[in-house]
Amino acid sequence: MSPSSVALVRRGRLRRIRRRRTVVAGLTVLLAVLFVTSLCVGHTVYPPYDALRVVLGDTVPGASFTVGRLRLPRVLTGALAGFAFGLAGATFQTLLRNMLASPDVIGISSGASAAAVFAIVVLGLGGTPVFLIAVPAGLAVALVIYLLTYRQGVLGVRLVLVGIGVGALLNSVVSYLLLRAPAWEVQEAMRWLTGSLGSAFWDGVGPLATGVLPLSAVLLLAGRSLTALQLGDDSARALGTRVGTSRLVLVLCAVGLTSLATATTGPIAFVAFLSGPVAHRLTGGNGSPLLPAALTGAALVLTADLIGQFAFDTRFPVGVVTGALGAPCLLWLLVRSRRTQGAL
Amino acid sequence: MSTRPLVWLPACVLLVAVAAALSVMLGARTVSPGDALAALVHGEDGSLARAAVRQRVPRTGLALLVGAALGTAGAVMQGLTRNPLADPGILGVNAGAALAVVCGIAYLGISTPGQYVWLAVAGAGAAAALVYVIGSRGRGGATPVKLALVGTMVTAALSSLVSAVLLPRLDVVNTFRFWQIGGVGGASADGILQVLPLLAAGFVLSLASARGLNALALGDDLAAGLGERVARTRLSAAAGAVLLCGAATAAAGPIGFVGLVVPHTVRLLTGPDNRWVLPLSALTGAALVTLADVTGRLVARPGDMEVGIVTAVIGAPVFIAVARQQKVREL
Repeated sequence: MSPSSVALVRRGRLRRIRRRRTVVAGLTVLLAVLFVTSLCVGHTVYPPYDALRVVLGDTVPGASFTVGRLRLPRVLTGALAGFAFGLAGATFQTLLRNMLASPDVIGISSGASAAAVFAIVVLGLGGTPVFLIAVPAGLAVALVIYLLTYRQGVLGVRLVLVGIGVGALLNSVVSYLLLRAPAWEVQEAMRWLTGSLGSAFWDGVGPLATGVLPLSAVLLLAGRSLTALQLGDDSARALGTRVGTSRLVLVLCAVGLTSLATATTGPIAFVAFLSGPVAHRLTGGNGSPLLPAALTGAALVLTADLIGQFAFDTRFPVGVVTGALGAPCLLWLLVRSRRTQGAL
Repeated sequence: MSTRPLVWLPACVLLVAVAAALSVMLGARTVSPGDALAALVHGEDGSLARAAVRQRVPRTGLALLVGAALGTAGAVMQGLTRNPLADPGILGVNAGAALAVVCGIAYLGISTPGQYVWLAVAGAGAAAALVYVIGSRGRGGATPVKLALVGTMVTAALSSLVSAVLLPRLDVVNTFRFWQIGGVGGASADGILQVLPLLAAGFVLSLASARGLNALALGDDLAAGLGERVARTRLSAAAGAVLLCGAATAAAGPIGFVGLVVPHTVRLLTGPDNRWVLPLSALTGAALVTLADVTGRLVARPGDMEVGIVTAVIGAPVFIAVARQQKVREL
């Protein structure tokens, strides 16, 4: 290889790395802006300085309650859940090499949702015990889907279809439980049908963070093997990846993240599904898709929550906004996938 | 035409009769066959048993009609898309009808089934067209997995829009909540009469296209070669299916999985000839929905469990079983 072509390759490589870094940095800044905006804006608008002082622990008359007790847990829950959904969605999409195979389509969110509704409506639980039921339930549903799909290997297409069937079954369980619940819980019902941040308070943030942070760390570290797995099992093995183990770790973490987030906010529609493709468009498909997708997910949830709270006369739960935003995005992605002859 | 299905025709008719009889007799108050017959023939005499029977008649009638409509619509859709997983619920048709009805209730002040049945049919048609157009893009045309995925996503998006329309109007939410899951409990003779013309038109169009669907099963080119007018057959079959789903959804809410389970079961009995599959699907669908309604009443006594939930519990495993079959991929 001549020196000039080496330089050319190096330049391209640097450009791709730089693009990904720029995107990650840009998303982080965007997230920070959204975070502060969500803290400041509301019935009473506080200057960003006051909001930041509350976050840092100072006592500001008025703002301490509104920002510290009401808005901060809501924003934290939204950011954590969005991060978890985005990360889990991108993991599934990359692992199954199918844009539409996100956990909310293939029934895993429904499993966690059904378990959480059961724990809250029937058993009357709240806080950490709900997680302790929802996460194993999410894992169990994922295992059932996997076992139902297994027949001389797991085929992506079959997994998706079995997941849709299991999801439909579990959704009818959620509907049934909600219909039996007392009528005053419309807000609660919306949370479990489309996802909402309306009931996010401090007692839920702690357990959510303790679950999401370590799982995200593991998943982001394992992202390298995901990039190898993208090339196909044989190539990944040749590159020195332990295919079975890494896939198991990736799936367990992704299912755990989905279940934790769903148990807190309900299945926020389309976040897991959209974050991956949006991040992919931003980075141009360079490097591991996980971190950009997770940041996109968090930004998406915070944006949608701002729109849902303040753009209309009525306050809409975040899931309604993401669902309505998701429809045109879905059309666009599908139309594009024809032009590029993408898989599916 | 093979004669084997001839055996199944009386069997299916018998099944429908048994289901209807059970539906009239069973519930919070069990009525003996003699009392039920007396109530049907002579009308009410003031006793609770006869009053219960009179209450259950419209409900049974609606369950039979809706089941027949959904079973037939499912069979037509599966034939039309050559897709074993086609079902009004999976393909987002029910969600389209739901959105149209909710918009009608919220914005146009529509309140009677006679008015919103048209909206439901329009919504069902629009959603069906949307899902089919998106699903048939890309490589390989409308493959089962693409249609199922697109249907699921469109359903999710439409459901969000339904919530967006409903949330500011909490007074509508409670009425709609029960409608959305699918139930025949609120049936009345008037309501049935209002959807009846549409259902009848849907049945006629669907059954008339049975022979055409047989030809389409060979592929469009071969069907055209055999002298079938492909576009016209597709259009009339699709119009029939959409009329059936839309009217059924307007009357009883979105009931899923009937259109999926019934045709598959019928095909196991009769083979793939649509001239038998369509009418037998209508009969079996009627029996299935009626029995699901009875089951719901018995399980959750003295209240009842909505038909839509019971059919999902029965139907989802069948969907999974069909999806697991290797041949799904090749279709």
